[in-house]
Amino acid sequence: MNMEQVTDEAGLAALIASREAPLRIVGGGTRGMVAGNAEPLSVAGLTGVTLYEPGAMTLVVRAGTALAEVERVLDAEGQRLAFEPADWRGLLGTSGAPTIGGVVAGNISGPRRVAVGACRDFLLGVRFVDGRGRVIKNGGRVMKNVTGYDLVKLMAGSWGTLGVLTEVSFKVLAKPATEATLIRRGVTAAEGVAALTVGLGTPYDVTGAAWSGGAALLRIEGMAGSVTYRRDALARLLGAGWDAAEGADSAALWRDVRDVTPFAGRAGVVWRVSVKPTDGPRVLAALGDPEAVLDWGGGLCWLLMPEGADVRAALAPFGGHATRIRGHDPAPVFQPEPAPVAALSARLRAEFDPKGLFNPGLMT
Amino acid sequence: MQMPEPNPAILARKAEIVAALRAVLPGDAVIDAVSETRAYECDALAAYRCAPLAVVLPSSTEEVAAALRVCHAMGVPVVPRGSGTSLAGGAMPSADAVVLGVARMAEVLEVDYANRLIRVQAGRTNLSVTGAVESDGFFYAPDPSSQLACAIAGNVAMNSGGAHCLKYGVTTNNLLGVRMVLMDGTIVDLGGGHLDAGGLDLLGVVCGSEGQLGVVTEATLRILPKPEGARPVLMGFDRSEVAGECVSAIIKAGILPVAIEFMDRPCIRATEAFAKAGYPDCEALLIVEVEGSETEIAEQLAVIMAIARAHNPVELREAADEGQAKRIWLGRKSAFGAMGQINDYMCLDGTIPVSQLSYVLKRIGEMSRAVGLDVGNVFHAGDGNMHPLILYNANTPGDLERCEALGADILKLCVEVGGCLTGEHGVGIEKRDLMGVQFAPDDLDIQMAVKDVFDPAWLLNPAKVFPLASSAARRAA
Ligand SMILES: Cc1cc2nc3c(=O)[nH]c(=O)nc-3n(C[C@H](O)[C@H](O)[C@H](O)COP(=O)(O)OP(=O)(O)OC[C@H]3O[C@@H](n4cnc5c(N)ncnc54)[C@H](O)[C@@H]3O)c2cc1C
Repeated sequence: MNMEQVTDEAGLAALIASREAPLRIVGGGTRGMVAGNAEPLSVAGLTGVTLYEPGAMTLVVRAGTALAEVERVLDAEGQRLAFEPADWRGLLGTSGAPTIGGVVAGNISGPRRVAVGACRDFLLGVRFVDGRGRVIKNGGRVMKNVTGYDLVKLMAGSWGTLGVLTEVSFKVLAKPATEATLIRRGVTAAEGVAALTVGLGTPYDVTGAAWSGGAALLRIEGMAGSVTYRRDALARLLGAGWDAAEGADSAALWRDVRDVTPFAGRAGVVWRVSVKPTDGPRVLAALGDPEAVLDWGGGLCWLLMPEGADVRAALAPFGGHATRIRGHDPAPVFQPEPAPVAALSARLRAEFDPKGLFNPGLMT
Repeated sequence: MQMPEPNPAILARKAEIVAALRAVLPGDAVIDAVSETRAYECDALAAYRCAPLAVVLPSSTEEVAAALRVCHAMGVPVVPRGSGTSLAGGAMPSADAVVLGVARMAEVLEVDYANRLIRVQAGRTNLSVTGAVESDGFFYAPDPSSQLACAIAGNVAMNSGGAHCLKYGVTTNNLLGVRMVLMDGTIVDLGGGHLDAGGLDLLGVVCGSEGQLGVVTEATLRILPKPEGARPVLMGFDRSEVAGECVSAIIKAGILPVAIEFMDRPCIRATEAFAKAGYPDCEALLIVEVEGSETEIAEQLAVIMAIARAHNPVELREAADEGQAKRIWLGRKSAFGAMGQINDYMCLDGTIPVSQLSYVLKRIGEMSRAVGLDVGNVFHAGDGNMHPLILYNANTPGDLERCEALGADILKLCVEVGGCLTGEHGVGIEKRDLMGVQFAPDDLDIQMAVKDVFDPAWLLNPAKVFPLASSAARRAA
């Protein structure tokens, strides 16, 4: 199939203004999700860092820029994207280079989300082309901005259904000097989440709280003396049976949680369920304790399920939502919304994309 | 400040409208006596006032829905109101509007420490949210200076910030969910106890929408365990550039203080005369606060003090105890009051990139001298959210107009250097007609299209946020 390519915003706007047939928006093409047979439109040609001011913690970058490139630029100044975007290539069996626009479109946020916020919380501004071919800007490059409606949050996690992102700006943070993880092996999900809850309820700034492979993990980051102090204080509180991993060993553990490595290459349908943290183990129990990785203190459940399992029925008593990330299944990819909310979302889509061009049907 | 002409057809039907509201609400929840509606004629932008048609004070989400259904059916505009502390005129009514105040809805509905959240009715004040959880070691992080009075309803509508948002973020970063009533009376729940949206992030759009998309009746908020301790240091510099460089250097060193506050000489002098906090008489003063245990505070302050020393401060003071910490904060906390002693003032709220700090301060100084009105600067330096205070005399004819013109020029400057018109106070009526400076017509059109979706008849707080000329066709439709 043909692939439409664009290399600048004006060209993209012109293409969309005259376009009548649906498009499948592709950044690096590593996040699956956007299936269907619409003609692909690649935005991977919109690349480059527009502005980076480490002293102001601000980065502005074109949406097609590879995530790896963004991370390299930040790393050179000892900074990073604090929301810890995941790499789903292993999980989904995709190849290619994840782009920063794809990260924003999916609001892709890793373990640190539980402490510091999601991609949408660090996103300061966006530029995008709407379905009429108009170039729109919202937000900006400064850290506090309440001028007009916050469409920045709306675009994050809209999976390309409202417009094609061309440029994004972020608040970035310094990389901490070091990190440590407390580990308790051989615990059930319920035991694990109970311990994570204790950790997250302390003033010790836990920046990761997960249960994976039967182990509860609590991460602490910061300056060396502070990490030692908080690690020890937390260990005293949690009691016996906890080991510690430091530095690179600790980082490796969190890469695996972030990228859901335990499910890579495994058969089955992958579901991503978001609930109140203490409901995580209850959802697992309701589903007969399938293979799972719990992040965000229990609130983010990655499930490996057989085809046709009714995850949403099991979830219903708890609220929250389930998204199918990988695999075939008759159930819709995104959680169906209550009627009045679905009506608002549908009308917003009709305003942003009146010709129905962008990833049609993906989120509905 | 121009407001649209009130709709004479609505004014003429006042009695009928009030009767219809009385039919669905308890007797004391509808106020229409002119002597009593006067209390609702303005918010904290008190230079502008207008008594509303009537005021309703519902006690539940269902009563809010009932009142909105009446107004929707009769085509009456509605102005939602929390505590009326908006500095942007966001809660200012028009003569043909019903003010819907949520002050009677102030209950805590749920506290869930295991999930670190609290669910409250939207009329609850900001400080009393923390009040409900602090004895158990938790707090609600966004802390606007108005926190004793302002309601969560207004915080959500304005996406309010506070002194500690450098570390903890603003309202939108601490808001998990809302229950909200649309103008037609439909009740919707957005978000909840989970951490992300399952579909489009409508919660993210509602936060900061200035009461134009729906009436928020409940909010689920993130609460956090209180830090073990906190300590401020005070630094004085003889040039504001150097203070700005010091801020950048601290951030680059990888330290994220909870607050970095800045004051310039006019502000320092005014506060010293008023509060006698013992501040040095210098060009620029920084207060930097860090949190944690004793060990952690010491570790962070060692780095910060070394950076400060490298910038040749005229004064460098670390609080040795609670009393000294209080004194360091005393001047900053009384800055607005102190400026108010000298004269009337207008408080601006533009944000600039931190790297533009000294240039912008220099330009503000020049502009202030050219117009002949004094300007003091006190603001959140870590995130570039400035609060220039323009002094004027309300009794001198023409002074308010000159002050507003200078204010507009300063805000244009903020946009010019890469910033924005408002960092935390909102647009309201105050900055409405400057929106074209920051946004192109298409940028505004798509925002107004969002309002079309939530409130097709443009009845909710209609004459705010967007330039009147831009929204005219939609408001008339
Ligand atoms: C001395 C002083 C200091 C201040 N300091 C700060 C500060 O540090 N940081 C900061 O961010 N702000 C500050 N403010 C501004 C103000 O306090 C905030 O904007 C606050 O959030 C307003 O809350 P409120 O309840 O008073 O809202 P109101 O003034 O009643 O209303 C504000 C806006 O919210 C809308 N609204 C109210 N209730 C609802 C509802 N239920 N549903 C939908 N929309 C609604 C209104 O229509 C209006 O547009 C300060 C104000 C003063 C007077």
